Amino acid sequence: MLEIRNLHAGIDGNEILKGINLTIRKGEIHAIMGPNGSGKSTLAKVLAGHPQYEVTAGEVIYEGKNLLELSPDERARAGVFMAFQYPIEVPGVSNAQFLRLAYNEKRKHLGEEELDPLEFKDLLKERAKVVEMDASFMTRSVNEGFSGGEKKRNEILQMAVLEPKLAVLDETDSGLDIDALRVVASGVNQLLTPDNAIIVVTHYQRLLNYIVPDYVHVLASGRIAREGGKELALELEEKGYDWIKVPTQNEVGPAKLNAAN
Amino acid sequence: MSTAELLAKQEYKYGFVTDIESDMIPRGLTEDTIRLIVEKKNEPEWMLEFRLKAFRHWLTMTEPKHWPNIKYPEIDYQNIIYYSAPKQKPTKASLDEVDPELLLTFEKLGIPLQEQKQLAGVAVDAVFDSVSVATTYKEKLKKHGVIFCSFTEAIRDYPELVKKYLGSVVPTNDNFFAALNSAVFSDGSFCFIPKGVRCPMELSTYFRINNAESGQFERTLIVAEEGAYVSYLEGCTAPKFDRNQLHAAVVELVALDDAQIKYSTVQNWYAGDEEGIGGIYNFVTKRGKCAGKNSKISWTQVETGSAITWKYPSCILQGDNSIGEFYSVALTNHAQQADTGTKMIHLGKNTRSTIISKGIAAGKSNNSYRGLVKVMPKAEGARNYTQCDSMLIGSSCGANTFPYIEVMNNTSSVEHEASTSKISEEQLFYLQQRGISQEDAVSLIINGFCKDVFLQLPMEFAVEAQRLLGLKLEGSVG
Repeated sequence: MLEIRNLHAGIDGNEILKGINLTIRKGEIHAIMGPNGSGKSTLAKVLAGHPQYEVTAGEVIYEGKNLLELSPDERARAGVFMAFQYPIEVPGVSNAQFLRLAYNEKRKHLGEEELDPLEFKDLLKERAKVVEMDASFMTRSVNEGFSGGEKKRNEILQMAVLEPKLAVLDETDSGLDIDALRVVASGVNQLLTPDNAIIVVTHYQRLLNYIVPDYVHVLASGRIAREGGKELALELEEKGYDWIKVPTQNEVGPAKLNAAN
Repeated sequence: MSTAELLAKQEYKYGFVTDIESDMIPRGLTEDTIRLIVEKKNEPEWMLEFRLKAFRHWLTMTEPKHWPNIKYPEIDYQNIIYYSAPKQKPTKASLDEVDPELLLTFEKLGIPLQEQKQLAGVAVDAVFDSVSVATTYKEKLKKHGVIFCSFTEAIRDYPELVKKYLGSVVPTNDNFFAALNSAVFSDGSFCFIPKGVRCPMELSTYFRINNAESGQFERTLIVAEEGAYVSYLEGCTAPKFDRNQLHAAVVELVALDDAQIKYSTVQNWYAGDEEGIGGIYNFVTKRGKCAGKNSKISWTQVETGSAITWKYPSCILQGDNSIGEFYSVALTNHAQQADTGTKMIHLGKNTRSTIISKGIAAGKSNNSYRGLVKVMPKAEGARNYTQCDSMLIGSSCGANTFPYIEVMNNTSSVEHEASTSKISEEQLFYLQQRGISQEDAVSLIINGFCKDVFLQLPMEFAVEAQRLLGLKLEGSVG
């Protein structure tokens, strides 16, 4: 589904990602972990097409297409979704209005008929159950006055409505108490199907108790320093990030990185 | 961004010129010009006196060039044509006698004048250059006692009413542009809602400037007697010319005891091109008087057009417990300049006013809110709430807020809130990441910003206003 090859990217001329290689297949959950500043969030934003980040080398193939050539909205309509670490407020625009617009953009893209407000209301009511959100959230302005936990649940609600093929969750666990974490994680698990894939970007192992990854990739200084199964996350929890050695260009790191060089 | 650039060049949809023979008077303005207008329009002696008095006063006045936050070259008032009318039969017994070219023009503007083609529930007075060409649903309204006709007809058919109220809210010597209008105004709409009547349909006037050389000076007078209610809509467009045209209108509203007038405007005059060449100079005086107790006047305006907008729809809250409201969206793009706001003058006890102003500036434009809240000594218990928000798109535009507050008693309360924001890249990215195109994302953010004002507009107008804002801003981001 997604093939990242030797991806280099940065912001304002500072290179942050220094050769990322990653393959993601349908039905898989991948965790991207790493200390602060290792490039986790940058990777998420680059995949979503954030305008401030510049790709300097490498390629990203999504479903056979060059993802990097698409605008952020084209990527979204093609099924790439990012749950934001800091969801943005849009005053005066109701959650329902915003979600219907986004949903209908996707329908149009697929050549399907748009839903009218009443039809959409029914769909929204159904999907809202996934994150246990009640109807009052739908008439409120997008994220305005939402608590941290509500904002994150709202992100997963959007994911439930848009049914992405590839969902990138950028530090969705940050700022969540344990109950909200459980609701969000359970929502994400309900949305995983054999046809889609999820990338979970997180600093802590905690979220991975609930959303169990098939693969864990540990970033350090813009490169993948370690890869493994879910047990790698537990090891990190125990030992911290310090024991992960930052790979240099010539060092024998993970097999894939080496092959790319 | 190439698509954005393409969209930015999107044509002003109403920029066409109707090829029609006009009856014009020579350029320039003297007492003889005024006599000629009076003669053309067959007006009575008292109108000539009204006009001459205004004109003589105007000669002593100077153009308000210093205090508004707008810049424009000298206007040569002797180089304007003060009367231009499409040639047609002077009296129009029915629509069949209206020039088909004119009917077609209004149809192209989305304002069909044949009643069967219209939105049910909206009566229209169509004003083309200096004259009203048709007013629909007149007969139906008459059955309810509602008078809705062109100003010319009102002077002819209801002289006592016109004499009583004309100039009663905006005196002929009120300001430079109001005096000019009083001297030369040619047509406009007159609405009279008698005691106890709730006007059964929305009344609207559609103004069209067609002639490149003429100015438009229209006059609107709306009177709601005791307990009456009316909702009135105003729309305006003009062809694209590379020279500026002057539009100086006066609107007067009078609400007696327990009466309510709701006045909504969507102004889309030609704004000039990206470099600021051409466009309408819109100098308008709009004022309502809540003359009776418990009366209410609401102004809602969506200002998107004109090279220059100078406009302060105001309320004089004379009756005890009367209410004044001003809801405004003013959008400027490219080289447009707007200095707009309101005046709320509290005279009566327990009078209340609300001001919600949303200014959006894009391109190199300049957008100012200017508002006065004045509470006189006898206006005990008066209250005002003002909220002024500005949004900037890009970094070459400017937004200003000039609030003036004068309170002369100690039982009143006045609140003022103001904010300035920018459409952020993060906000756009967030919406785009959900599959919404950049243009639609800008529209969505702007419409959210303006929501409190759009809620005040009648349904069809609100939809039109939202679409219009989207269209005006296309290509301004990115």
